[in-house]
Amino acid sequence: MDAVLEMKNITKEFPGVLANDNVNLDLRKGEIHALVGENGAGKSTLMSVLFGIYQPTKGKILYKGEELRIGGPNDAIDLGIGMVHQHFMLVHTLTVAENIVLGSEPSNGRGRLTLSKAIDKIKSLSDEYGLDVDPNAKVKDIPVGMQQRVEILKALYRDAEILILDEPTAVLTPQEVKGLYKIMNTLTEQGKSIIFITHKLKEVLTVSDRITVLRKGKSIGTVNTAETSETELAEMMVGRKVILKVEKKPAKFGATKVEVKNLKASNARGMLALDNVSFEIREGEILGVAGVEGNGQTELVEVLTGLRAANSGVFKLEGQNLLNETARKIKEAKIAHVPEDRHKHGLVLDYSIEDNLILGYHYKQPFAKGLNLDFNSMAEHADRLIPEYDIRPRNKEILARSLSGGNQQKIIIAREFDMGPEFLIASQPTRGVDIGAIEFIHKRIIEQRDQGKAVLLVSAELSEIMSLSDRIAVMYEGRIVDILDAKEATEEKLGLLMAGSTIRSSEG
Amino acid sequence: MEIFQQIFNLETFSSTLRMAIPLMVAAIGGMFSERSGVVNIALEGMMLAGAFIAVVVSYFTGSAWLGLLGAVFFGGVFALIHALVSIRYHADQVVSGVALNLLAAGGTVFLLNILFNTSGTSPSVTALPYWGPFKPTVYLGLLIVLISHYILFFTPFGLRVRAVGEHPHAADSVGIDVEKIRYVCVILSGMLAGFAGAHLSIGVLSVFREGMTAGRGFIALAALIFGKWYPFGAMGASLLFGFFQAIEIRLQGIEAIGIPAEFIQMIPYILTVIALAGVIGRATPPAASGEPFEKGKR
Repeated sequence: MDAVLEMKNITKEFPGVLANDNVNLDLRKGEIHALVGENGAGKSTLMSVLFGIYQPTKGKILYKGEELRIGGPNDAIDLGIGMVHQHFMLVHTLTVAENIVLGSEPSNGRGRLTLSKAIDKIKSLSDEYGLDVDPNAKVKDIPVGMQQRVEILKALYRDAEILILDEPTAVLTPQEVKGLYKIMNTLTEQGKSIIFITHKLKEVLTVSDRITVLRKGKSIGTVNTAETSETELAEMMVGRKVILKVEKKPAKFGATKVEVKNLKASNARGMLALDNVSFEIREGEILGVAGVEGNGQTELVEVLTGLRAANSGVFKLEGQNLLNETARKIKEAKIAHVPEDRHKHGLVLDYSIEDNLILGYHYKQPFAKGLNLDFNSMAEHADRLIPEYDIRPRNKEILARSLSGGNQQKIIIAREFDMGPEFLIASQPTRGVDIGAIEFIHKRIIEQRDQGKAVLLVSAELSEIMSLSDRIAVMYEGRIVDILDAKEATEEKLGLLMAGSTIRSSEG
Repeated sequence: MEIFQQIFNLETFSSTLRMAIPLMVAAIGGMFSERSGVVNIALEGMMLAGAFIAVVVSYFTGSAWLGLLGAVFFGGVFALIHALVSIRYHADQVVSGVALNLLAAGGTVFLLNILFNTSGTSPSVTALPYWGPFKPTVYLGLLIVLISHYILFFTPFGLRVRAVGEHPHAADSVGIDVEKIRYVCVILSGMLAGFAGAHLSIGVLSVFREGMTAGRGFIALAALIFGKWYPFGAMGASLLFGFFQAIEIRLQGIEAIGIPAEFIQMIPYILTVIALAGVIGRATPPAASGEPFEKGKR
């Protein structure tokens, strides 16, 4: 088969950083080519070079055998390269059709915008590729899955031959992911070629034809999907053997530790975000919370950590009532919190590792002596935790900002786990964290459980929820739709619940 | 009854229109700027500068029409400063706006002294002629509302403006020049504010007075918010504000009504506060309004 696109020896240097180092990628007509690698491996840089956002320092791009220079997104679009960004590039207040024509608007001779022909074209494209999109709907009114299909349509409308899908599954339910695979297959059957960027190895193995792995800016190799395995890919990505399976001893449950009953709370816009949420967590148990993002998980964690006021309900830890207490009081009740957005809630990025390690505990012994900080005990604390939690670099003076996501997360884990929590609330603990650190964080969470602590784990990664949890609660539109035993949970079952299916069947 | 007759008559109506026009046109200017993502609290200063230039040009050329053109042109130039500071240099748009307002307030007084050797009020100049019951700026102002609505909602340019103000990165990703759209919109807002200023100085009056805009630029901003960033909405809000200003003037002529004139004077401002508090339904500004655009950032 012919290559539609070849990127040869692409090198992109930023001041002080070699983001791409002699990277090679060739894309054949009609194939789904996965591009995998950890955060910071250079995937985005490579795609930005292809899309003309960056100019490569070295190397060349061949399109249908011809060498050319892509000066900007417009050049890329003209060549037939379309990009579906991870964060959708859609204007919410405009209609689907308006979004699609934006930038190449059709008009009549007198400068009036005319959408009717465009709408016809959108409809026929939508039918041809099974996209099921209403061109007249406002983007803000349609679900996320459809918004993604609008992005795909946007590229097709501009006669894209090559589609770059950047982490397209991150925002979808498992069922929607299957729908996306189907669309991807239809597209390639019609001769389009797809570059599929992801870090989820299972997806890569399901849907792609070939896989190129990047690590630290270098292309490690391109393999045929049929001839590789998850372990091999993980090893290529990380550069060493990785244990993907989480080692977990059988649970030893004790008495009920955490009790949450009929919790109700509103979100920032005043709408009901938690609707009668109830659950219990026992000693030595991990309760996972699954759900598509934005179904109340964030608000639940905020209420339990004192960051958001609940309207009503019960929240007790070992019988002590903690509902609507301050964050400090809740911390003092030995509840640890690994927040979902570590930059916003977990760290002060411009503080050193040492200072971040005492955040929230700075006001009491041993870190405070009267009104003063005790620098000696702070330093001892940091010197002990940094090696214990493998925070790199091993230098307590360094600002948190300059650390990788994984090491930033380890600071939070170290701080929160070291204070000896009874109840651990971990929200998206491995988001944006490399595989090596994921392994480490998972081990630490299991450790807490095995010591008889209660753990609430909120994550958008189903595989994480399924491998760590003892029971799994599924949230949909602010409610807990069901709580399953982890042993009985399958991806299909969870996926249906995440889409709210039991609610619909009971209402319908 | 008598009072009602004195308030609701043809004269109040025409005076409402006269009062509303500068608010309306300046609000439309603010609309273009904010719809493209640049907050423009310098409308006040741009209006004042426009009012001054209109008088200066009319004084030296003897033509009020050239005065109007000069005000529009200079309003645009004045806005270019705001555009450069906030678009090219990514500075805080509110601070830039405050600076321009102060510059206009001080600059006009200073130049009044230099050019006319007076303080407070300029010499009388040729004003715009009457076209029927109104000055031309009234008809043109209403026309501006219509045309702006058409541009914003029925042309490719308008679609781009709306996209750029909501999600500039989305616009950028389909090859739209975000900065160019913003420059055009900010300059346009200055031109319209200049027009509004000229209406005050050589439309309604025939002189320039120190600080003669008296906060109208800010009320225009309130009208813009009240009208939810729609041209006809801004027009309606301006008419409402204009109506209260007109009544206030009418009532000053009527003794013994029992309500102090200052009370009536307060009404537009109270309405503004109520409007801003979201009582008339949540007003959602363009999402990227006030945010400098930097390529590659998300």
